[in-house]
Amino acid sequence: MARNFGLMAAAVCALAFAAHAQQDKSVIDEIEKYRAALGDGNPAELWEARGEDLWKQARGPKKASLEKCDIGLGPGVVKGAYTVLPKYFGDTDKVEDLESRLVTCMVTLQGFTREEVVKDPFGGPGKKSDLEALVAYITGSSRGMKMNVAGTHPKEREAYEIGQKIFFHRGGPHDFACSTCHGDDNLRIRLQDLPNLSKVADAQRAYTTWPAYRVSQGELRSFQWRLYDCFRQQRFPELVYTSPASIALTMYLAKSANGGTYNAPAIKR
Amino acid sequence: MKKTIGTLALFGLIAAGCAAMVSDEEREAQALAMMKASFKESGQAKLDRLDQDDMQKMCSRYHGDKVMPRDVGEKLEKEQQALIKFPADGKLVGDWKSGERIAQSGVGKQFSDNPANPNGANCYACHQLSKAELAYGTIGPSLYNFGKIRGFTPEMQKYAFSKVYNSQAFSACSSMPRFGHSGILTEAQIKDVVALLMDPESPVNK
Repeated sequence: MARNFGLMAAAVCALAFAAHAQQDKSVIDEIEKYRAALGDGNPAELWEARGEDLWKQARGPKKASLEKCDIGLGPGVVKGAYTVLPKYFGDTDKVEDLESRLVTCMVTLQGFTREEVVKDPFGGPGKKSDLEALVAYITGSSRGMKMNVAGTHPKEREAYEIGQKIFFHRGGPHDFACSTCHGDDNLRIRLQDLPNLSKVADAQRAYTTWPAYRVSQGELRSFQWRLYDCFRQQRFPELVYTSPASIALTMYLAKSANGGTYNAPAIKR
Repeated sequence: MKKTIGTLALFGLIAAGCAAMVSDEEREAQALAMMKASFKESGQAKLDRLDQDDMQKMCSRYHGDKVMPRDVGEKLEKEQQALIKFPADGKLVGDWKSGERIAQSGVGKQFSDNPANPNGANCYACHQLSKAELAYGTIGPSLYNFGKIRGFTPEMQKYAFSKVYNSQAFSACSSMPRFGHSGILTEAQIKDVVALLMDPESPVNK
């Protein structure tokens, strides 16, 4: 019985494919045109400029800039730093991604409290996020460079392996894992192409184009936001900003993208 | 001093070696513990959503080159089949128009959703159904002409109901949610989705 269903399903697939391949192609062509048109001007530049100001301004109770912050390549080095993240930092004895590292520096160098810093991690109507602007500036400074996450420190290796488990962890009322949508080739949800993040080429293409300015939201969205909103749609509880699981998962995805040329902040629908 | 450094380095190597030998099961447990500390309850989404039943656990473990042994898959399918609850009134086919609305709606069970509103099934996110809707996904097979091709038989109605109710009963580790088993759709809603697939008047069969 089950086998018959399988055969029938295969026959249906073949028929549907023949009848609708043409229609699919024209729909996808139109979407490609839309994406090409978007590339003409990217408002992410506004976030990058604001982020550069925030990086260089003396701010916080300690009236210090972030220019002594070590985000991966030593204090104050911005260029290329994003390509080596996430990474183990001795001063916190933790693996950190860009966003957690910015929080660390705003607390230690500028004297803000952690609560103040993470109050508005994501922008929305009527509220700007300083973190998203800083993220835009730092990531934009790695454009054109190759992803080069080491992952060799024992804590980095542990984060990678746990991150991989999280990627395949099915749960919630819908039984979804990250891999449900991002574990196979050439899939689409509605008309949106889904990268297969367990494969190098797709992982590179996806990871190197975040963060991105989202046209549909009028906001620049960071990688932490990307994970937060994926888990929301996965029907999981709310991902805590810069939490260990978010960083472990980022470690898995970033390392999978090694060798890819970084090209963000990008622009997406 | 040199000796101490050497000994320390040796310990370091052993520790690194041991770290590399952490078993899959241990990593799974570490991942779950880390997730529990990394998510917060929000709206209807409580932390117990991170816990896994047998099906979720086994299907998370096997992927890529790690193929699930056949007997494990068959056991899962049998267990899930036993969990299907058929309607007491024996009727499996509802209203296809309502079924189409359910197939289009992607809301439900997210922490951002109001639990007072009806849940959708979002069938179009993964499947082609009616010819008119071009914005369909390809995670699942096309279901266009579902009933027309398979026949409008009581057996096929029963299969359609069962598959929507608990997809895992037929192919272990299917990507499709268990809409009935997990309480995403009500029994009446599942009947309406079955109608979308099985009613000769449904646009799926035109």
